[in-house]
Amino acid sequence: MSIAEAINEPLVRVEDLHTYYGKSHILHGVSLHVGPGEVVGLLGRNGVGKSTTLKTIMGLVQPRQGRVLLGGNVITGLAPHKLARLGIGYVPEDRRIFRLLTVMENLRTGLDRRGVTEDRKRALLDKVFSFFPVLAERRNQAGGTLSGGEQQMLAIARAMMLEPKIILLDEPTEGLMPRMVSQIGQIIDALHREGVAILLVEQNVPLTLQASQRVYILEKGAVRHHCAASEIDVGDAVIKQYLGV
Amino acid sequence: MDAMVGFLQAIPLDQLMIQTVNGVVTGMILALVASGLTLIFGILDVVNFAHGELFMLGAYVGVIVITATGSFYLALVTSTLVIALLGAALQIVTLRPLIGRHPLNTILATFGTSLVLQNYALWQFGPVSRKISEPITAHFDLFYLEYPWYRLLIAGLSAAIIGSFWLFLKFSTFGVWIRATSQDRVMAQAMGIPVPWVYTGVFAIGAGMAAASGVLFAPLVGVDHAMGLDWVLKAFIVVVVGGMGNLGGSIAAAIFISLLESYASIWVGPSLAVIVSFVVLILTLLFRPTGLFVATPK
Amino acid sequence: MDVRSPASGRGAASVPILKTEGLSVRFGGLSALNQINFEVARGELRAIIGPNGAGKSTFFNCLTGVLRPSDGRILLNGEDITGFASNRISQKGIARSYQITNILPNATVLENVRIAAQSRRHAWNMITHHSAFADINEKAETALDSVGLLSKENEIAANLSHGEQRNLEIGIALATEPSLLCLDEPTAGMSAAETHETTQLVRRIAKNLTILIVEHDMQVVMGLADRITVLHYGEILAEGTPEEIQRNSKVLEVYLKT
Repeated sequence: MSIAEAINEPLVRVEDLHTYYGKSHILHGVSLHVGPGEVVGLLGRNGVGKSTTLKTIMGLVQPRQGRVLLGGNVITGLAPHKLARLGIGYVPEDRRIFRLLTVMENLRTGLDRRGVTEDRKRALLDKVFSFFPVLAERRNQAGGTLSGGEQQMLAIARAMMLEPKIILLDEPTEGLMPRMVSQIGQIIDALHREGVAILLVEQNVPLTLQASQRVYILEKGAVRHHCAASEIDVGDAVIKQYLGV
Repeated sequence: MDAMVGFLQAIPLDQLMIQTVNGVVTGMILALVASGLTLIFGILDVVNFAHGELFMLGAYVGVIVITATGSFYLALVTSTLVIALLGAALQIVTLRPLIGRHPLNTILATFGTSLVLQNYALWQFGPVSRKISEPITAHFDLFYLEYPWYRLLIAGLSAAIIGSFWLFLKFSTFGVWIRATSQDRVMAQAMGIPVPWVYTGVFAIGAGMAAASGVLFAPLVGVDHAMGLDWVLKAFIVVVVGGMGNLGGSIAAAIFISLLESYASIWVGPSLAVIVSFVVLILTLLFRPTGLFVATPK
Repeated sequence: MDVRSPASGRGAASVPILKTEGLSVRFGGLSALNQINFEVARGELRAIIGPNGAGKSTFFNCLTGVLRPSDGRILLNGEDITGFASNRISQKGIARSYQITNILPNATVLENVRIAAQSRRHAWNMITHHSAFADINEKAETALDSVGLLSKENEIAANLSHGEQRNLEIGIALATEPSLLCLDEPTAGMSAAETHETTQLVRRIAKNLTILIVEHDMQVVMGLADRITVLHYGEILAEGTPEEIQRNSKVLEVYLKT
């Protein structure tokens, strides 16, 4: 890659992904990209393939066709634990924190990596606890005893322990109370200020349009619309068409 | 009524005490063997039919080291490490390619491995059984018996090994990785935990535990290529009764079953006392199939 | 115009084919369905939509006997079928296709459908060879014809394309000659072309049947449904014709999370 190309190469690039679950053809050629430090929204109704796109990027499911690139390097086919080490954090739809591990132990799964000094570990923990003070309070409690909102925060904090370049966030506001929804918006903003890129899958349109720089709209496994978040509004026809009834 | 009182009076209290001690001692070794087995099943979902052979090979390595150096403790440590490495190699070669496939495949793989290892031992060491002498030959008086200290040492060492493993599981990084992997393999990977290596590590630990039991138990019986067979059967019973994948349950079940067998041998003799294990197994499967020592049956 | 009667004017029966009264399902403290009063007229094609977790699958599971409701009644043609086991509900005339394809992969297409046809009669006759039951073969082939798979009747089911397998699933349900057909996301995982074909298929079979369909694909829903029921957090949010639902601002709010 030439220097000019390198400067323009997005952090994560997804090219023409076709992912199947058995014979079920879920992704019909999804292509998108996320720039370094960018918040990109991925909108769409249920069942259109938003989660599947994230899972394919994270290596949890292999595409039958297409590629995923990280910083210009092809990462399709790599094992998920390698991708985590390369700087991709994943916060799944149902949070999936380790219920029988304490909050601290949950965080440790991401913290105990090669080449991280004790000082840096402490600094990371301090940062995460300042983002989420309630986690500091509950640090020795088992993950399964936390409320839904607290588990969501733990899931995000856990991903932050990897010091990722990009976090794949799958429907973080699902099932949360409105107050918590705005809190999630603030967390996304804070992460953005830290320079972490985020690929945000959501059905909550106002939150996504407010938090993202660009949005993609998915339908039936393919990208149907792509624009800057500032260019569209909740009331627009295109939103109604692909996300409404 | 009188017959009942007569029967109760006839229970020899001193024999009971002796058998209690015997039961606890055998139980602790069985617990060590079964812990390795239940660990492997709980984390890898693999029924390790070669576990008895790892026990047996552990004993043989012990024989070799003692013959060469004369030190029992060196034999114990070396055997554990060597067989742990063998276990890791076996897992990488025979089990890693089978991850995600039907469980029957891993059963066949470990069963095949057990046949290979048994016949290897027969070929390498011959059919004559070897002997390891106890590191401590002193006895103490237990009622009318001269009871060997060594047996208490075995129980103590087994407990120590299991105890240190529990601490390792709870506090070390790899321990956290093991626990995370057992709860959610997919998210463990997403957190950067190298799950394939966690599997290898767990198998190695299980193998090491089996080897340690082999060395500890060897002075009590002879070391021969078939010594694993009896033990693997008992260990499987313990794992099922204790709750598959339940470490604490296996330990409790091991002691429970060994005690019952020891008591039974007061009346019926050791070879028939084995029936007790099977009775407990059948009752467990009938009434509490998730395990006798599992908190809430699911 | 009476808003409750089906738009096409089909079905004049005074007793709705399916009715639920106060249907509720609770999982511990969580209310998956809350006091659902639902009615479908004979011959209607009703779509059930709603965001994630609205209770659509739970509703279907109750209707087909997979789940026992915590409260309320389900009436099929006026008969109380609440709590009936799923095989009994199948015998009563409710058939269902599943979200994840549920065919027998190693049997032929015809065999798949014939087994379903057989379930209606002759279930306990173990002596007569299956080929002797001409009526069953006929029913099976009729069902296959309705879903456009008659030409592939001797094909092994596993070799069909995804869309064909989903249609076979509908064919299996049809072979039980149901009065009420429940379709659970029939176009899941299909391409645009396959979706179009299946939509035509459903339209064809809807002529003689009452159909409940759960779908996320709004084009399919709007194109097929006589009426739509919108579920949200286990309750009925709105009911009406496709046009009414599209104009309903509450529904839009719920979907866009505004």
